[in-house]
Amino acid sequence: MSAFDIFAAHVRDNSPVALASVIEGPHVGAVLVITPEGNIAGTLGDENLDRVVGRDAMGELEAGRTIVRHYGPQGQSTPEDLENTETVRIFIESFSPPPSMWIFGAVDFTAALARVAKVLGYHVTVCDAREIFATRRRFPMADEVRVTWPTPVFEERGQRLGPRDAVCILTHDPKFDVPAIQGALATQVGYIGVMGSRKTHAKRLERLAEVGISSPEDLARLHSPIGLDLGGRTPEETAISIVGEIIASRTGRNAQSLRATDGAIH
Amino acid sequence: MRELLDDLDRWRAAGKRVALARVVDIQGSGPRGAGAAMAVSQDGEVIGSVSGGCVEGAVVSEALAILAGEQPSRIVTFGYSDDEAFAVGLTCGGIIHLFIQPLEW
Repeated sequence: MSAFDIFAAHVRDNSPVALASVIEGPHVGAVLVITPEGNIAGTLGDENLDRVVGRDAMGELEAGRTIVRHYGPQGQSTPEDLENTETVRIFIESFSPPPSMWIFGAVDFTAALARVAKVLGYHVTVCDAREIFATRRRFPMADEVRVTWPTPVFEERGQRLGPRDAVCILTHDPKFDVPAIQGALATQVGYIGVMGSRKTHAKRLERLAEVGISSPEDLARLHSPIGLDLGGRTPEETAISIVGEIIASRTGRNAQSLRATDGAIH
Repeated sequence: MRELLDDLDRWRAAGKRVALARVVDIQGSGPRGAGAAMAVSQDGEVIGSVSGGCVEGAVVSEALAILAGEQPSRIVTFGYSDDEAFAVGLTCGGIIHLFIQPLEW
């Protein structure tokens, strides 16, 4: 298999992989493919350079970073070693699996949110305990539809959720909402949104307090009621307001119109 | 590059030569970040994008020149500059550095 085939196979399997390319210096265009375990394919034209870049690429992959780094032709990396030697510029790209969105509740809003989440590249899982609602036919756009209560899913794979992932709880049913919120708060997930009117939200806070969730740190992680204040009504508009809030919470922006602000856009 | 894989496989299976252009660095405001990629086949088919459409046309010319052996694999810069060589710019005022090479690995 060529380096490209090995690289493409990893990306298709959603397994993390880094690609290091010489963009300036000797052997321009040469590539090295690096897995998180440190397996490599291809060569940058020098054994020592391969070893040093391979090691650095594992670190970049871990952090999910894409970056240009500079070396000497034999992998020299300290400023002293780089003096009086040719510079090799290496572009290290990290390919991480897509972020996950777990949506609890198999309702109309779920279908719209799953569609929008797919556009943004999420791996989407829909969960509901009711077998007649949680069907593939109703959610063909989801990557996975599971008939289950929240607790088992979080126990099974909650530890996989990280800062790039999202949990959206759209059930409005305390029987389901409360364990889903408990499960989500026990993970490192970056975004937790819970649907409901302001009244539902107030009642939910009481229920949460009953099960011991009342600390300001926990409550600050909940986006409830879910979504940005766009004034939309339809499931699709609501879905946009939810993903808008997810993006804004990741970037730490205020989600105003750009014309109302100044400063850098990106 | 993830979204290009199926077409790249198809092109390679058909024996077509392909040039790959990747954003390696951005200064200032840029519509797509490092890693954004597009590919051009020898017969001028294009997939993917590296900006909001500002520089894609120029990238195709560069890519075809590289495939034809008229230019080596190299870093190409687009964006605001006093240098007249950079006639093609980004309307957002940023500068993007692309690496363009034949996909031969």
